[in-house]
Order: sequence, then structure tokens, then C-alpha cells
Amino acid sequence: MLSIKNLTASINGTPVLKGIDLEIKAGEIHAIMGPNGSGKSTLGKVLVGHPAYEVTGGTVTFEGKNLFDLEPDVRARAGLFMGFQHPIEVPGVSNAAFLRLAYNKKAEAEGRDELDPLEFDDFIHEKIKLVSMKEAFLDRSLNEGFSGGEKKRNEILQMAVLEPKLAILDELDSGLDIDALRVLGDAVNKLMRPDHALLVITHFPRILETIRPQFVHVLSGGRILKQGGPGLAIELEERGYDWVVEEAAPGGHR
Amino acid sequence: MNSTFQGVTSQEYKYGFVTDIEADSVAPGLNEEVIRFISAKKGEPEWLLNFRLKAYRHWLTLAEPGWAKVQYPTPDFQKIVYYSAPRPKKAQYASMDEVDPELKRTFEKLGVPIHEQEALAGVAVDVVFDSVSVTTTYKEKLAAVGIIFCSFSEAVKTHPDLVKRYLGSVVPPTDNFYAALNSAVFTDGSFVFIPKGVACPMDLSTYFRINNQESGQFERTLIVAEEGASVSYLEGCTAPQFDTNQLHAAVVELVALDHASIKYSTVQNWYAGDKDGKGGIFNFVTKRGLCKGKGSHISWTQVETGSAITWKYPSCVLLGDDSIGEFYSVALTNHKQQADTGTKMIHIGRNTKSTIISKGISAGDSSNSYRGLVKVQPKAEGARNFSQCDSMLIGHTCSASTFPTLDVQNRSARIEHEATTSKIGEEQLFYFQQRGIPAEEAVSMIINGFCKDVFRELPMEFAVEATKLLSLKLEGSVG
Repeated sequence: MLSIKNLTASINGTPVLKGIDLEIKAGEIHAIMGPNGSGKSTLGKVLVGHPAYEVTGGTVTFEGKNLFDLEPDVRARAGLFMGFQHPIEVPGVSNAAFLRLAYNKKAEAEGRDELDPLEFDDFIHEKIKLVSMKEAFLDRSLNEGFSGGEKKRNEILQMAVLEPKLAILDELDSGLDIDALRVLGDAVNKLMRPDHALLVITHFPRILETIRPQFVHVLSGGRILKQGGPGLAIELEERGYDWVVEEAAPGGHR
Repeated sequence: MNSTFQGVTSQEYKYGFVTDIEADSVAPGLNEEVIRFISAKKGEPEWLLNFRLKAYRHWLTLAEPGWAKVQYPTPDFQKIVYYSAPRPKKAQYASMDEVDPELKRTFEKLGVPIHEQEALAGVAVDVVFDSVSVTTTYKEKLAAVGIIFCSFSEAVKTHPDLVKRYLGSVVPPTDNFYAALNSAVFTDGSFVFIPKGVACPMDLSTYFRINNQESGQFERTLIVAEEGASVSYLEGCTAPQFDTNQLHAAVVELVALDHASIKYSTVQNWYAGDKDGKGGIFNFVTKRGLCKGKGSHISWTQVETGSAITWKYPSCVLLGDDSIGEFYSVALTNHKQQADTGTKMIHIGRNTKSTIISKGISAGDSSNSYRGLVKVQPKAEGARNFSQCDSMLIGHTCSASTFPTLDVQNRSARIEHEATTSKIGEEQLFYFQQRGIPAEEAVSMIINGFCKDVFRELPMEFAVEATKLLSLKLEGSVG
């Protein structure tokens, strides 16, 4: 589904990604872990086409297409989704109207029928149950005045509405209490299908107790230093990140 | 930081065409002879000629106001044509069939309904082309309930007493430089009179079109609502695309008697000049409403998108006790446009209330200022004002300023003022794009969200137009 080869990227001329290789197939859940400033979030943002980053080398194909040939909105309609760590507030734009426009843009691209406001109302009421969100949030301005946890619920609600092929979830657990984390983790699991894939970006392994990855990658200094199965996440929980970095350093032991 | 949002082509001004039509024009320049010519051309009574001459003589003593945050070369008032009228085949059109087909085509192109059968559901229109009113629709229907809706020139002939009683009663000819100029040389405009107790059954509308390259447009609008009457009035305007500047200096006066209500909405789309600031309309307009009666209500809603320079402060004088004044404004500037706009709320009567909602959007290299005055006079016991002035910036080279002034001379007044400045950042746009929404639609949705409180006040069809217009004006400006 997604194939990243020797990807390098920079922000304001400073290299942040220094050669990333990653393969994600349908049905797989991958976790990218790493210390702060390792380039985890950058990887997600580069994939969805954030304008602040410049791709300086390498290739990424998504469903066989060169990702960097596609505008960010085209990538999104092709099934690429990112749940942001800090979703932005947009005053005056109703959450429901935003969700409906996003849904209809995708429906239009896929040749499906668009939903009018009444049809969408029925549709969205099923979806908000999944994330245990109060209906009142639909009528509020997009993310405006939402708590950190409410913003995250809204991100997963958008994921539920768009049903992306590949969802990149950036630090889903930040700002969430244990109960909310479980609700959203369960929701993400329910949305997972055999033809979908997930890329979970996280500093803390906690979320991986609910969303269980088959593959764990440790990113540091813009490179993937270590790869493993679910056991690696548990090891990181116990030992932190330093040993991985030390091991990978020149002269480190293995 | 390079943007992903470039490459959207800039939309050209689609009303920029010129109508090739024979016109009766006076030679450029201004003096008492020209004023006498205009007055004679219109067959005006002597009191009106004297009104004009008095205004002109006062104007000669005034200097152009320089306090607004706009920069432009002073118009050469001797190069302006003060009277230009499409040459009629007859002195007065008996029906629309007699109107010059070229003129009819112009308004068809503009989408202005001048045939009653094609008119938008329930909007009566007065159409003003350069200096004269071309036609007014639904006149008979309105007359049946006692409403007078006609061109200003016609009102002078048919209802001289009403015109004489109210003309200059809200904006005196000596009010300011451009009001004095208008009072001296105004050529046409609309007159509305809603008699006691009548709620106007349809929206009334005037459409202004400047066609002549050298002509200025100096129209005069006077709306009077008697006791308990109510009316909703819409104003639209466009002009051809010339690379010189045309002057538009209008005066609008509203008078609301006891418990009367006047709602005045404008969507201003004069030609704004090109990307480099060449050409465009200088829009120097004085608009003021007098809440003369007890419990009267005047509401201004404006969507300002055009003009090279905008200098405009639709205001309310709240004289009657319990009267209400409102100002809802969206001002959008792009490229080299400059706008200095806002309102004055003058609280004189007791328990008077005013609301000011101003939304400024600046893009390109434009400059957008809100300038407002809330004045509470000593006897205005219990006056209340709420003001909210929000600015939104698009890009890095535009500017937004607010100049709110409070002058409160009564301790019982309650005044609230809120102001915000925000930026449509790449982060917001990117968020929309990441959800599959193209940049242009994202901008339009964000802007409409920003302007919601004002658009809500517009009549339905106008609100739809305004939404489209803003999106159009901003195309290509994001990045």
C-alpha cells in the first residue's frame, strides 16, 4: 500500500529525515516510536504533504502512485489520512458542515452519491456514537474551544467519516485520560479493515496496549534505528530509548 | 516556506465592460454654470438650485479630508464630468420597450432585473446609469399601498414637499467635503417614502452603474419611513474597468420616525483597479440614518469588496428614546486596495442601543482599516453599545488597523468592545486539504465562517451573492 524508499526531507533548509525506508501492506498496523525531536511527526506530515517541509530525496508510492505528484487534498481523497497531534481551531466554520464537505469531496472523487444535510445528519449520528462524542460538538465551530481530548475525539470522528485506507495517527494519546484513550483506541480498531492500514506515531508505548501493532520502528535523528515486533514496544516501555540510540551509534555494541 | 496553494488563477472583474451608448454630457469641470446646467436639465425648482449653489459655495471653502488611512492622488475636480446621461430617444420612457436596447443588454449582462416579469421574486429595482435613473420597477404595485419609490429627479417633480422637508436633514450640505460636493452636483438616485403604518411588501433595490470614463457618480438617496413603517432596501453597484480613477461621492440619508424600521443593505462591487493598483473607483460616500422617533430602528449592513479607495462610515444618530442603531460590515481588500470604513453611533436619546459588528479581510498588498466612533451625549441615560471588530489577514504583505473612539458623557452608559486579529494560516488551509477539501473551497469556507455574523443580516439572495463575491475576490490570493 505504502512504500517509502530512502526518503529525506528538511524544514527551512535543516534536514530532518535522513533516509527512511518503510513498507506498509494492507491489513498491517505499524508503530513509529522514538524520542522527542526524532522526526516522527515530520515523517507523517511529509507523507500528507504539509507545506512547511521540503522533500529533498527518495520516493514514496501510495497504492502504486507517486505520492509527491499529488496535491495534499488529492492525497486525502485517495485515502490518506492524518490524525493531528494538535488539531487547529477554525472559528465560525461549523464542525458538521466541515465534516459533510470533507465526506462529499471524497464521495465525489469516488463517484458515490453526495449526502445532503439531512442524510448526513443520519450518517454522522451513527459515527459519533463510535467516539462517544456529544452531539452538541457537531454544531460548534471546528475545534474551537475544544479541550485537548475533545479535539482528539473529533480527529477520530473525521477518520470514521472518511474511512481512509491508510490512517497516520500522530500522538493520539497526548491530552487523553485513560478512559478516553481506550474509547478512541477501540474506535480505531473497529475502523480497521483487512484492506486498510494504520501508522501509529507515538512517544509513549501506552496506546499500543489498545491499538496493537505487528511492526514497531524506532526513529531517532531522522533515521530508523531499530525494527521489531510487538515485543520491542514492551522493551522500550521498560528501558526507554537511550539504549537503542547507543546501540546504533558507531562503536556501539549489538 | 513555499506554498502548495499557488497556481490558482486570478479571476478578472467580470463587470468591467463599457456600454457604447450615446450620452448627453456636459464638458468637464465644475463651476456655478455647470450646477445651473444640471439643475435646468432636470427642471428643478429654485429652492433646489439654491440648495446646490449654497453647498457649492461652502465646498469651495473646504479642504479635502486627510485623516483617513488611505493614500491616493487628489482627484482633479475640474477634469470630472458632472453630468452624463444615456441620450434618451424620448424625454421620458413610457414603458421598458422604449429603453435603448443597448442599455437593456447592459443590465441583462449585469444580471439586474429591469423587466418586472423577469424580476427576482419580490424585489423592486431603481436602475441608475451614470447620472440618471433609467427605470423603476413595481412602481404601481407599491403606489397602491401608498409607497413612493422612484428616482430622485422624479420625486423632486412629483413630491417636492417631501423632498424639501427631508433633503439635507440628516446629512447637511455643509457636513463634509464630499457631502458638500454631492449636494452641489448630485444628479439622480432613489427616493423612498413609506407612509405611516405600512410595512413595505417587497425589498426595494437600487442598482448603480458608472459607464462614462470621465464622469463622476454623485447620487443621492433619501429614504423616509413614517411612524410604524418598515422597509428593507438593497443597493448594488458596478463599473467598467478603466485605467483611470472615477469618483463616486454619494450621499444616503435615512429618516425613521416613531417605531419605524429601515434596513439598508449594500453589496459594493465597484471596479477595484488592477493588480498593480491602476484604475478603480474612489468611493467617498456619506451615509447616515436618523432615528428620529421613539423606538425607531436603523440597520446598516454592508459588504464592501470593490473600489480602489473606500472612505465610508454609515452612521446612526439615535435621537429618539429607545431607538436602535446597527452596523454590520464586511470589508474585503485585495491587491492594492485601501479601505477606511466603519461607523458612528451617536446616542442622544435615552435607553438607546447600538451594535457594531465589523469584519475586515485583507489580502495582497492591501490596507484595511476600521474607524468607529461611539458617542454618548450627556442626556443619553441608559445608552448601550456593543462593538466587535475582527480582522483577518491573508498573506504577509497586507495590513489591518482599527481606530475605535469612545466619547462617553453619561455615566450610566454601558459600552463593550471586543477586537480580534487572526490570520488564515497555512496550518488552517492545510487542515482542510488534509481532509480532502481543495484550497479554494477551504478559503471560502473559512471566510464565510468569519463573516457569518454579518451575512446573517443580509437578505437571502444578497447573502448568496456576497458569499460568491468574496470567494471570487480572493481567488489566487492564498499562498
